[in-house]
Amino acid sequence: MTSRRLTGAQILWESLVREGVTCVFGYPGGAILPAYDAMLDYPIRHVLVRHEQGAAHMADGYARATGQVGVAIATSGPGATNLVTGIATAMMDSSPVVCITGQVGSKLIGSDAFQECDITGITLPITKHNYLLTNPEDVAATVREAFHVARSGRPGPVLIDMTKDCQQRACDFEWPEEAPVAHQRPNLSPGDAELARAVDLIHQAKRPLILAGNGIIASGASDLVRRFAEHADIPIAMTLLGIGGVPASHPLNLGMMGMHGEAWVNTSIQEADLLIAVGMRFDDRVTGNVKTYALNAKKIHLEIDRSEINKNVKVDAGLVGDCGQLLTALMPRVERGNHAAWRAHIDALKGDAAVRDIKNLPDSGHLYAAHVIHDLWRETGGNAVVVTDVGQHQMWEAQYYHHDQPRSLITSGGLGTMGFALPAAIGAKIARPDAEVWVVVGDGGFQMTMAELATIAQEGIDINVAIINNGYLGMVRQWQEFFYERRYAATPLTSPDFVKLAEAFGLTAARVTERAGVIPAVQAARATKGTVVIDFRVEQEDTVYPMVPAGADLHNMIRRPSVLAETGADQ
Amino acid sequence: MITFVVHVENKPGVLTRVASLFRRRAYNIESLTVGSTETPGVSRMTIVVDTDDEGAHHVEAHLYKLVNVLRVDNVTARPNVIRELTLIKVATTAGTRPEIFQLADVFRARIIDVSADSLVLELTGGTAKLDRLLEVLEPFGVLEMARTGTLAMARGEGPGRTAAPQARATAAAESQDIAYSV
Ligand SMILES: Cc1ncc(C[n+]2csc(CCOP(=O)(O)OP(=O)(O)O)c2C)c(N)n1
Ligand SMILES: [Mg+2]
Repeated sequence: MTSRRLTGAQILWESLVREGVTCVFGYPGGAILPAYDAMLDYPIRHVLVRHEQGAAHMADGYARATGQVGVAIATSGPGATNLVTGIATAMMDSSPVVCITGQVGSKLIGSDAFQECDITGITLPITKHNYLLTNPEDVAATVREAFHVARSGRPGPVLIDMTKDCQQRACDFEWPEEAPVAHQRPNLSPGDAELARAVDLIHQAKRPLILAGNGIIASGASDLVRRFAEHADIPIAMTLLGIGGVPASHPLNLGMMGMHGEAWVNTSIQEADLLIAVGMRFDDRVTGNVKTYALNAKKIHLEIDRSEINKNVKVDAGLVGDCGQLLTALMPRVERGNHAAWRAHIDALKGDAAVRDIKNLPDSGHLYAAHVIHDLWRETGGNAVVVTDVGQHQMWEAQYYHHDQPRSLITSGGLGTMGFALPAAIGAKIARPDAEVWVVVGDGGFQMTMAELATIAQEGIDINVAIINNGYLGMVRQWQEFFYERRYAATPLTSPDFVKLAEAFGLTAARVTERAGVIPAVQAARATKGTVVIDFRVEQEDTVYPMVPAGADLHNMIRRPSVLAETGADQ
Repeated sequence: MITFVVHVENKPGVLTRVASLFRRRAYNIESLTVGSTETPGVSRMTIVVDTDDEGAHHVEAHLYKLVNVLRVDNVTARPNVIRELTLIKVATTAGTRPEIFQLADVFRARIIDVSADSLVLELTGGTAKLDRLLEVLEPFGVLEMARTGTLAMARGEGPGRTAAPQARATAAAESQDIAYSV
């Protein structure tokens, strides 16, 4: 290959383009200016954010919507530190993101120069890996490796910090055709004996359950999990991030587990005699008290990250590898199953709880968040990509919007980052321009990153925003209600007029205060070109049920009060 | 106590990455030494961690997630040699000097400096031996003490040489029976 003389900045874009990047989310500044200048000569769409946190969330949303690496770019110092929350969010949820930051000149490093900041030091524990580049010669190979690291194995964020002189100096550019290969790792792929042991456990089980997590989506193993479950006749419980990985409408899909999981799901986990965990990590929000978690069950763990095996919950068989490949290896060894009695038992549990579903409640005109989500689900045919923020509305979305497609629910699970939804939705929409994208966000979280409405206006982004406006930091208020004697310290929230606010950004807006208004508003938003912001004024002191208090036993749920179940609290 | 021998790429910041991992995952490092190896570009760390076998499994798994880590060997249960070097400056008087010389002899410690009212001993050996020498010198007045931290090496075949990190640049190395997971 013939080489050309290019600056480090040009090599950056040459490399990004070769990695398939067509869009980056960023914000310029002095130390990254050479890169911005060079960008103009490349076929790259740049989305100017209003805060670098938004850039990281957009890159993350882009990545979660497609599985492709999302790219964020920022200047040194405050630009770089503003990315931090977004990077940590991507790390916790294994999302492939590459962040590029400018850095002061290499001669100034360590001198506390203007806008100098040790961003590789700061992001060390919240990236899979990071790099400080001072030589243009290293740029191409580093970008190649960074993308490989971000998307291989268990995906995650990678940061490349480039000094200003590294961007400015020129060198011969040569693209490394060979893909980088990670250092050799011990081969832990299960052999015959380990697979046979897992298969034995499956054959012996009378009350088996599959626990499906984010990993099945990252691995593209949705269909395999479904087929495996059908073949072995095993019901499936989903983690929050697994939602969509198996169609909610599938008869074997029980729904979400954990702190706000459905009662029948958590009860089934506690009664099961075998858990087959696939691409999930037994997070504390999923297990409750680990000392009393699924004590009757043997456990098989299919997981690409060996450090997750036996981390939170001791397992009887840990199979390390890509969960799709592992299921492919297991499938031919597992006999057709029939667990009709176990399924009937779970159905009975479910029957009891399902009548409590908000959709079966009589409609008294009062507006509950669950109504909004339920109607949104019906109107969009369950086909929208829904991006949620963090709080009560997030849990109601997980309970009442039934996702049938992988990557159709995008939400911050591990870090629980308020402010995630609006920017992540922008990234998702750009990644999937043909998808219908809805933001479901609380009045609190919306105000953390609402400046990105300006980005939406400038970029002509066509999504819709449902603000679940309850006048509270609702989820915290709920904890205060249950565990702090209703002492509402710092949770009541006065908000601006969201309709006027959206209009000030040049967007369309509406307000809904009663049940009857939900469907027309959703229909109008879907028919309107451009982003519509809907301010849903919902019941203020509504509660997410069921709830497993933090650290409590999974079976000790605070259930929906029967008065709410039978009559609706609104009567 | 668990003793790891960890081979890493000799690149800036690698020590921080390893140390940061132990801090972040709340494992206590008893001793950590870093130095060069027989292979250019490869550094060798001996890390002694206060944990059990289960913790050791986790530490190893986490270490392998670091991109710059080449190889992790838990040598605790293997036949190995573990050595540490200490320098101890102990107060002396004309009266105590002969006694200290005698102790040094018993421990095969070397006396490497003698001044009017102190002397410096050097001892190489296993951790327990060093601890013991320190203990017996304590009554005379230990003025200063320094230890290098542990070096460990498996006996016989052992882990063997570590391939130079350049090997990673070739896709050809990606064969069926090698699991890559960064
Ligand atoms: C950045 C950040 N700060 C604080 C929290 C703690 N927190 C979790 S949920 C919540 C309340 C969210 O309120 P709102 O956005 O109105 O949503 P709601 O729960 O009312 O639906 C808070 C403050 C968080 N998750 N993220
Ligand atoms: Mg709220």
